[in-house]
Amino acid sequence: MESTTLERQHKQEREHHIAELEFIDVGRKPGFFRGTSSSIADIWHFRELLGRLVRREVKARYKDSSLGIVWSLFRPLVQLLIYFFAIGKILGAAKSVPDYAIFVFIGLSVWTLYAETITGSTISILNNSGLIKKVYLPREIFPLASIGSALVNFGVQLVVLLLGILFLSHFRVSWELLLAPAAFITILTFGTAVGLLLSALNVYLRDVQHFVEIYLIVFFWVSPIVYPITAVQNALHGNWLEQIYLANPVTMAVVAMQKALWASGSTGSIQQSWPDNLELRLLIVFLASVLLLWISQRVFSRLQGNFAQEL
Amino acid sequence: MTAPTIVSVADVSKRFTLHRHKSLKERIVNRGTEKAHREDFWALRDISLEIPSGSTVGLVGHNGSGKSTLLKVIGGIIEPSSGTVKRRGRMAALLELGAGFHPDLTGRENVYLNAAILGLTQKEIDRYFDAIVNFSGIEAFIDTQVKFYSSGMYVRLAFAVAVHVNPDLLLVDEVLAVGDEPFQAKCMDKIEEFQREGRTIVVVSHSAAQVARLCDRVVVMNHGQMIFDGQPADGLHVLRFGYDEQRRIDALGEELALGSGSQNPARITDLSIVSEQPADKKSIASGDDMAISFSYELTKSHPPLVAEISIETPEGEPIYRLSTVDMTAQIPNTAGQHVVDFAFSRVPLGIGEYSLRGNLETRDGISLDRSVSSSPFSVTGKVPSTGYLTMDVEVATRSDLLNSAG
Repeated sequence: MESTTLERQHKQEREHHIAELEFIDVGRKPGFFRGTSSSIADIWHFRELLGRLVRREVKARYKDSSLGIVWSLFRPLVQLLIYFFAIGKILGAAKSVPDYAIFVFIGLSVWTLYAETITGSTISILNNSGLIKKVYLPREIFPLASIGSALVNFGVQLVVLLLGILFLSHFRVSWELLLAPAAFITILTFGTAVGLLLSALNVYLRDVQHFVEIYLIVFFWVSPIVYPITAVQNALHGNWLEQIYLANPVTMAVVAMQKALWASGSTGSIQQSWPDNLELRLLIVFLASVLLLWISQRVFSRLQGNFAQEL
Repeated sequence: MTAPTIVSVADVSKRFTLHRHKSLKERIVNRGTEKAHREDFWALRDISLEIPSGSTVGLVGHNGSGKSTLLKVIGGIIEPSSGTVKRRGRMAALLELGAGFHPDLTGRENVYLNAAILGLTQKEIDRYFDAIVNFSGIEAFIDTQVKFYSSGMYVRLAFAVAVHVNPDLLLVDEVLAVGDEPFQAKCMDKIEEFQREGRTIVVVSHSAAQVARLCDRVVVMNHGQMIFDGQPADGLHVLRFGYDEQRRIDALGEELALGSGSQNPARITDLSIVSEQPADKKSIASGDDMAISFSYELTKSHPPLVAEISIETPEGEPIYRLSTVDMTAQIPNTAGQHVVDFAFSRVPLGIGEYSLRGNLETRDGISLDRSVSSSPFSVTGKVPSTGYLTMDVEVATRSDLLNSAG
């Protein structure tokens, strides 16, 4: 008998509690501008889940393999070896680029982060269609989780890179080291912006994921990863084509990262030239990326309403 | 105090556009005929629904009637094309068990992941973890990857997580029939506990027995429209006997309301057990005699008619049906008020609740009228027994005594 009175009491408490709550509109589209804060609050509310999803992606990827996360290192290391021998030694690029291995690995790390961000988030919505069709979550979570797992890989690579610099080269202690985190934040912002947009578009037009593959191949060679920016400057002599070339946020991030970490580029026997006003350009690219991120989040939240039925 | 509204659905419609051409090439090539190749499909049409806190609502309907879409709209998974849905309180959606399970992770990791998906915080999961594992009954395998689980273990764990989320509003889609029988009983007990605690449940189910057992209200959907909203027994009846019937009855109701002259020429006016008790409290004792009167009104002469009665369980399941044609009895078919009396002796119905339904049709089987609302009655008895039957029984015992020395 006591338990029933307790239950009744619970029931009344619940009724009172619910009667006091405000109604929330389900699925109503807020305005283009006003929705931003509610979207952010929504994602913030699920931050714990975000962490779990990242862990799930990382764990599941290397589950049952005995080497585990070490595998995430092999790809860039093999790439490094190939570029080092094929382009550095055979084509002779290493002659004009001091510490060529470190130079390439810096560029590769930044590029891998960007490429994994984009490819991972583009297919993230499709890969999680089971969840999206059945449970309501802020859908931004899924691209963000794949970006998170790209960040984990980047972290591992960064450790190797820093160790490599420490043993094979040296750090140039100056304020230019600060360019490294700035470049990281810029590439992350830009990658997130593009990834969010593409993940939403890919739901409606599956061609996007194939387009991304091509885009990444082309832009790998368009970015100064295996060749130094000096070569570009020597070829273009600062004309309008070079300005367009430098407007690519990935290029800016790669160059800034190189300037910060590749000591022999600035002090070595073969002097490298850096683009003028690198810091200002990076800042502009960063601000543009933030703007793009905001726009693509708004587009994402517009498109996500029909995700469940399109998947 | 009246229960506050927890979900408010107002004029919600949902349109799906079906494109015949999916690829970019096809869309460009057939751009001119795009309109012709587009089909609009209304999954929901002007649905309005208020769900008070603490109620259990069953959404029923045939496949493709829009009931799952309605559930998803309430859950915020699909945005309505027009109309608004308002909701308050904590919600948990059991739309598919184990939707967030990852086969490569262990049961423990999946419990944490799935509970986080359903909105629990780390602390809450830590607190409920033992209860969840306990409820699922798979303690021994909690650190095994779920891809090695049997399907039964999988859904048990998923259900266990879902019921520990502590929701104010629980949306359930066809997932209650999981696991073996003891586990199903456990699920049902849990759901009933939820009801006693005043949680609101919206359930989509094809099982009439489940809906009748759980729900205090039934909404019948058909082709995206809400065609019935009310008592479970009546709703299940509408579901069973088809929607044309319902439409006919609605039309009839409108005609009556308008008071027009085109009144139904044949109408069942009353169907009930003959007794002095008030209409909603009729009861008979098991094994007694019972008389049922079937009154109808004809405004003009008809071809030969047949009266049919059936006794149904609260779930709307007919357990006895009798028609005058089977008894080779003639019933009057001239204009006027008529009553057919059915006299049953020593009624063998078991203790419980039943209802009566009547049907008036021509010899050719064309239904002229069906009683819309059921006439409930209860059967009481001295010997407690379960089931729809009662039987005279004597119990005696016999024993062969063993030799105590042997």
